[in-house]
Amino acid sequence: MFGRPTGKPTRQAFGEALVELGRRRPELVVLDGDLSKSTYTKSFAQEFPDRFFNVGIAEANMVGLAAGLASCGKLPVCASFAAFLMCKAFDQMRIGVNYAGLNVKFVGSHGGISIGEDGVSQMSVEDVALAQALPGFVVLVPADEHATRKVVAAALDHPGPAYIRVGRPKAPLVYDARPFDFAIGKAVTVREGRDLTIAANGLMVAAALAAADQLAAEGIEARVLDFACVKPLDRDAVQAAAEETGALVVAEEHLKAGGLGSAIAMALAETVPVPAEFVAIQDTYAESGEPEQLLRKYGLSPEAIVAAARRVLERKTAGAARVASRG
Amino acid sequence: MPTPTVPAATLASLEERARQLRRHVIRMIAAAGSGHPGGSLSAAEIVTALYFHVMRHDPARPHWADRDRFVLSKGHGVPIVYAALAEAGYFPTGWLETLRKLGSPLQGHPSRRDCPGIEASTGSLGQGLSIAAGMALAGKLDGKDYRVFVLLGDGEIQEGQIWEAAMFAGHHRLDNLIAILDYNRYQLDDAVEAIVSLEPVADKWRAFGWDVEEIDGHDLAQVVPALERARAGTGRPVMIIAHTVKGKGVSFMENNNEFHGRAPTPEETEKALAELAVEAPSSAAGAAGE
Repeated sequence: MFGRPTGKPTRQAFGEALVELGRRRPELVVLDGDLSKSTYTKSFAQEFPDRFFNVGIAEANMVGLAAGLASCGKLPVCASFAAFLMCKAFDQMRIGVNYAGLNVKFVGSHGGISIGEDGVSQMSVEDVALAQALPGFVVLVPADEHATRKVVAAALDHPGPAYIRVGRPKAPLVYDARPFDFAIGKAVTVREGRDLTIAANGLMVAAALAAADQLAAEGIEARVLDFACVKPLDRDAVQAAAEETGALVVAEEHLKAGGLGSAIAMALAETVPVPAEFVAIQDTYAESGEPEQLLRKYGLSPEAIVAAARRVLERKTAGAARVASRG
Repeated sequence: MPTPTVPAATLASLEERARQLRRHVIRMIAAAGSGHPGGSLSAAEIVTALYFHVMRHDPARPHWADRDRFVLSKGHGVPIVYAALAEAGYFPTGWLETLRKLGSPLQGHPSRRDCPGIEASTGSLGQGLSIAAGMALAGKLDGKDYRVFVLLGDGEIQEGQIWEAAMFAGHHRLDNLIAILDYNRYQLDDAVEAIVSLEPVADKWRAFGWDVEEIDGHDLAQVVPALERARAGTGRPVMIIAHTVKGKGVSFMENNNEFHGRAPTPEETEKALAELAVEAPSSAAGAAGE
């Protein structure tokens, strides 16, 4: 995908990480809403049948159960499709879990439009906006299988509610098996550059790297930041990118409103306002199709990022020229 | 009807306790200037029986791992629970005057982060049965013998999540889970029967795998034995359908849905407190507690 080698789907890496963590953490319990083969919680269910609850097709009850379990000292992970988990159980997350101060993790698989043929009802393009809206929630969108393992472990260590979005397709590799630093609240620099910054998460980090390769061929050096952690946002990384590169492109597989782009735009406005462009799904639903066809049609490709980079660099240059003429 | 097995002196003491909690409810809602008296008063005997006779709990150790849990799913009825928690010793009775005021631990609806003894944050109707089932499930996982009680409103069980939870608890035979339905027959807009009928409500819970018992929710000689039988365990989750009167104990509030969500005026408050006082001329214990 995006001309890069792919690894496992991030949902599969999540399922494997869960088993690994389950061996070390007896308080870990997993709930799923009849999607355990798709979310890969089936692996946990096989190894820890007593700590796994398939609640049936009842997301609201699943999240309520998790609240009760957490209040008695368990560490519940609720898994479903991102669309169903965030949209059907939002109120239960809001009051039953979050307002109550309970430690529950939520994992939404099949995030974004790259699920492909199943179409709009199964696609989640609003989940990051909803999760971000919950006070204090941690929101995580890992790029590949290696990042997912880090993100899941960090989320379980975090003493409060967190939402993790994972995806259906085999994810293009950004990292390899070598150790890299990931911490909640910190962006990861995956490529250095001084001309502009591409901030991305999920699948779009690989697209950003592919775009950076294309730009480099033209002599433009793009910094690429992985915002696997959307919330709390690494404002220092945003400010440094603005100060040091003077222009940003944000790329995400989510609606333009309410996602990583919105968070970064706010951080820019409050720190160092520089030109920014947003590669995201416009104010629309997608449709059925092959994942790569969909990503291309709805503007989520390395080419779209390159085009946005050109636009933002023009604005950066024009801004510099305006400042110079005033001076 | 259950055979009364509770000593008369115990019943008399609990009856006075229920009146005392009702007086607290009237005073605190009047002081707050807002709140839900009707659904608080209808639950007075149920809450009294739980906190002062049936539940295993220790106000000095609100986080005791082996305590019975109580979840108020009909969160707007929380004044009666605050009254019980204060009288049981979870916090000073003086806190009751701060209900709904800025900075108070006594939020308008239950908040477990703010108030000792509150087990679940509720107020968005329909969530409490799932939370209670999760607590019951945790008890099973940990091999503990605590019980989880959850009080549901009648209008509240129109929520779909209630039936998701009912199906789950029935399937898993959560016999440590006891629900009580405060069947006072009114919801905010009108009579439940006029909006969306629950009937045949007992058959519905039986069909979901629950043991069901129907009682007069104001007769402690029925309330206490029903809760005790349920606490002892029947092999299934238990639903106690408590037939109640909204606004019970204050003549002009009874079956008067105007008092679903309105505070009494100063005159109404005085009248209500007078009615709640005269019924207990001989009980010094209740009066001394205030």
